[in-house]
Amino acid sequence: MNWFQNWMLPKAAATHAGDVDGLYMFIVYLTIFFFFFNGALIVYAVRRWRRRSAKEVTPHITHNTKMELIWSIIPLFVVMGIFFWGFKGYVKAWVPPNDSMEIVVTAKKWVWQFEYPDGTRTLNDLHVPLNKPVKLVMHSEDVIHSFFVPSFRLKRDVIPGRYTELWFTPTEPGVQQVFCAEYCGKGHSDMLARIFVDTPEQYETFLREGDEQVRKMPLKELGKLVYENKGCATCHSLDGTRGQGPSWKGIWGETGKGADGKPYTVDANYIRQSVLQPQAVVVQGFEPIMPTFQGLLREREILGVIEFIKSVK
Amino acid sequence: MSTATHTTSADHGHSPFLQHHFRDMDQQFNTAKIGMWLFLVTEILMFGGLFIGYGIMHANHPQAFLAAHHHLDRTLGAINTIVLLFSSFTMVMAIWAAQTSRKSLVILFLVITLLCAATFMGIKYSEYSHKFHEGLLPGKYYTHEGDTVPGQFLFFSFYFMMTGLHGIHVLLGMIVISWLIFRAVRGDFGPDYYGPLDITGLYWHLVDLIWIYLFPLMYLIS
Amino acid sequence: MADTLTTHGNGHAAHHGDYLEDPKGLASWLTTVDHKRIGLMYMWSVFFFFLVGGIFALLVRIELLTPKQTIMTAEMYNRVFTLHGAIMVFLVIIPAIPAALGNFALPLLLGAKDVAFPKLNLASLYVYWTGALMAVTTLALGGVDTGWTFYTPYSSTTGGGVTLMVLAAFVLGFSSIFTGVNFIATIHKLRAPGMGWFEMPLFCWGMYSTALIQILATPVLAITLLLLCMERVLSIGIFDPQLGGDPVLFQHFFWFYSHPAVYIMILPAFAVISEVIPTFSKKTIFGYKAIAFSSVAIALLGFLVWAHHMFTAGMSLFAGAIFSFITFFIAIPSAIKVFNWIATMWRGSISLEAPMLHAISFLLIFTIGGLTGLFLAALSTDVHLHDTYFVVSHFHYVMAGSNLIAFLAGIHYWWPKMFGRMYNKRLAAIGAALVFIGFNATFLPQFVLGSRGMPRRYYNYLPEFQSLHVASTIGSWILASGLFLIGAYLLASLRQPKGVAANPWGGRTLEWETDSPPTTHNFEGQPVLQHGPYDYRANPAPVGVEEHIH
Repeated sequence: MNWFQNWMLPKAAATHAGDVDGLYMFIVYLTIFFFFFNGALIVYAVRRWRRRSAKEVTPHITHNTKMELIWSIIPLFVVMGIFFWGFKGYVKAWVPPNDSMEIVVTAKKWVWQFEYPDGTRTLNDLHVPLNKPVKLVMHSEDVIHSFFVPSFRLKRDVIPGRYTELWFTPTEPGVQQVFCAEYCGKGHSDMLARIFVDTPEQYETFLREGDEQVRKMPLKELGKLVYENKGCATCHSLDGTRGQGPSWKGIWGETGKGADGKPYTVDANYIRQSVLQPQAVVVQGFEPIMPTFQGLLREREILGVIEFIKSVK
Repeated sequence: MSTATHTTSADHGHSPFLQHHFRDMDQQFNTAKIGMWLFLVTEILMFGGLFIGYGIMHANHPQAFLAAHHHLDRTLGAINTIVLLFSSFTMVMAIWAAQTSRKSLVILFLVITLLCAATFMGIKYSEYSHKFHEGLLPGKYYTHEGDTVPGQFLFFSFYFMMTGLHGIHVLLGMIVISWLIFRAVRGDFGPDYYGPLDITGLYWHLVDLIWIYLFPLMYLIS
Repeated sequence: MADTLTTHGNGHAAHHGDYLEDPKGLASWLTTVDHKRIGLMYMWSVFFFFLVGGIFALLVRIELLTPKQTIMTAEMYNRVFTLHGAIMVFLVIIPAIPAALGNFALPLLLGAKDVAFPKLNLASLYVYWTGALMAVTTLALGGVDTGWTFYTPYSSTTGGGVTLMVLAAFVLGFSSIFTGVNFIATIHKLRAPGMGWFEMPLFCWGMYSTALIQILATPVLAITLLLLCMERVLSIGIFDPQLGGDPVLFQHFFWFYSHPAVYIMILPAFAVISEVIPTFSKKTIFGYKAIAFSSVAIALLGFLVWAHHMFTAGMSLFAGAIFSFITFFIAIPSAIKVFNWIATMWRGSISLEAPMLHAISFLLIFTIGGLTGLFLAALSTDVHLHDTYFVVSHFHYVMAGSNLIAFLAGIHYWWPKMFGRMYNKRLAAIGAALVFIGFNATFLPQFVLGSRGMPRRYYNYLPEFQSLHVASTIGSWILASGLFLIGAYLLASLRQPKGVAANPWGGRTLEWETDSPPTTHNFEGQPVLQHGPYDYRANPAPVGVEEHIH
């Protein structure tokens, strides 16, 4: 009957999905059995005791306590069994292991945004390593959404104003489909995402070079994305306004003196140095407060920032 | 099984108030009473929803609710409680007067009940206009300035909804009592027929009871 | 029927004509307090809105023929499925059996002249019409795109006529409360002399349980909807997380009503089936008390399970376990009923008239509807299936399939009593078969769709789901053709002259002991019950089974 299960359910791709499938198929067979059982009883009764004359008399049977107890108690045992089976599966999917990788999920009409432990962000594409537990901490910026991965047999509402959690350990490499399952308006049915379950090598590549989106994006756009998502924008303005740090407006090619009197020119090497060792040169009049981005930005992202600063005029 | 001796309206000399589908006045009275009790159950559940909502919001924002309730005038609230309690008493007395055939007392007690209700609404009106003046309004219309604790508008959202819904019930009660006064003057009520007084009384007690819960909940937060 | 019906003269001995004709004129119908006329007006209103809701359903199914746009835009699609749901739930399914059939039949079954509060009954009809008008008016305000469940914060922020639609549901709730109050008072106080609680036909027990829920749950919905309106108009903050409120609180409030409301939709179906099966098996009902008490048990348990709609909304493990556990107990009374009905047929004398065909179709469809509920009561499988087409299919099996088919059974059962005319029985058999086949063809594929991961309320879908959607849409056409056929022959029957006997089916309950159609005051004098409702011993072939004309 494997073909039947494969037809009814998408291929299981997470550790606890097998348990859910076992219970699911059990109730499927139970339903089919009772449908045909009741159907057979009815067909038999109708054929056997069809009314043939207006004078037919029927026996006066008001009840039968033994029979009634049987068909109350047997279903009771069956449903209690199903309850515990379902509860067991639910508990397993409840508490994430301590070593889970934590990913922050932000839902808004009609996109999913994922933020990794190293600060990397992706949109609608989630990369996770194979066979490692992953915990999603989710919240919504507008209405209620719901994160649904059919092949993991998992779903959890994503709610504004509170955090909900979901964890899984993917067991199948490849791409898994994510749906939004809570109605959220016009784009509800397009609010899809994909989970890329990566082998260790693929996941390394992703961490080093970003996902495909980042790898293929023009450098200038990538730089803008880094500027917006990695915190540059908090201190460096683009319109000349003075912030915690110097504005990036028209900064490319400028020369000046650092706080210790050393001269500098804003070129590629200077920017790279400022990102990785911010304290090396501090522009006069600013506090030495910038943190290092060593390890937080990929090579290609630093190149992107350089290209972006070139373009801010 | 066959109760062939059941009474019909004809046996009773046919009260003019017996509706065609009832066998006798007793059946009609008991049916009306069941109907009113069922209606009261729905009322309790409806207010119950608001009370639960209030409870949850209070639990989530205890500071804001405590701060906001200082804007209410306890004295006026207490006077209103006494006025309503007294009106419940006069309502009972009106029923007693009808059962003992004292027509003028029925009218007197009903009029006092009505006046109490009017007093209640008058005091509520002055409380409301005071709040409107200070900008203590529900939701986005809340414009009161100088709050030390944020979120006080949540309290006033519930204050206006709950006392407002209660006020609507008092107003409806006043309309029904006015109609009862009209019928009492016409001489409808007596020991054989006081059902409308009785079931209006039930309703009036419930309105009273809801206020008795609202008063400490809103005015006496500690 | 002299041996079962004792007539007592009373003050109203004047002879009345048939209730359809006496008095005549539209004004007399609009001001009537006669429960039968009110029931009939409810019935025609329900038929009308069923047609409207059904057209929306067909539009939804046609849109879903292809994975992308077929006939309408996404905005339009969201409005159409919302209206389909809202109309079907609030204007069709909830009033269908209690307000239409219940109003007509309950006093007759009890041997009463009317319901306890006839004027309140008429008021409930007008309140229903007002609510219906408000619901339809929302179309002019740009429609409603929230789904019939009105979840916050989507419903408190989206545009269109949501406020009016929510108020419409609020108003319709009062119509339902009025009916509930009326039925309980009627059953308590207006039973015929000699009719104890356990001599009542089971239909009355079903109506009683339904009315209990209407009274206990609807007020909570009313206040919830009022809060939602206030949230939209005043921003009171209770459901808005940015103002300090909690959007999930709305779901608790909403399902506290709406889960019991599911039983407002299914208990009346049980009520009808419990009448039809004994009558067409010519055998007393098996396990009367079990059926009666299981209805009440379902009504009460129904209040303790609301949060099983929210297993994925983030409740505690303990709360989830409790709500799941109690939910399973609902399965027991439901199973008891199905087996009792089959046992009633056992060794009976079964005639497959149209009402019985629908009753059998009900038994099979309810078996599927009930058992698929187990998937959703169990925690781990519910997490997978929640908010997918599996749920859509499950609740259509219960709310639409079971309720609607029981409604059809009831309509066919009491039609001759209502109008004194019989429909074409051959067409009726074809109609019942088409509805059964069409219904299953529409909704069986949706179980598979949902299990494979197709979420509900999706306008676009992945191409892999298309073949099952096409199957479902074709099924909807079969279902629609069956329903149109039924509508056609029922209407056609009204053009014949009246001529059905008082008791065309050989039933043993009191409504069969008065004329078809009954007189304005139901019975000449006060009927006194002298045998149980399904007692086929005393008179195995009751008077009136002579063949009727058609």
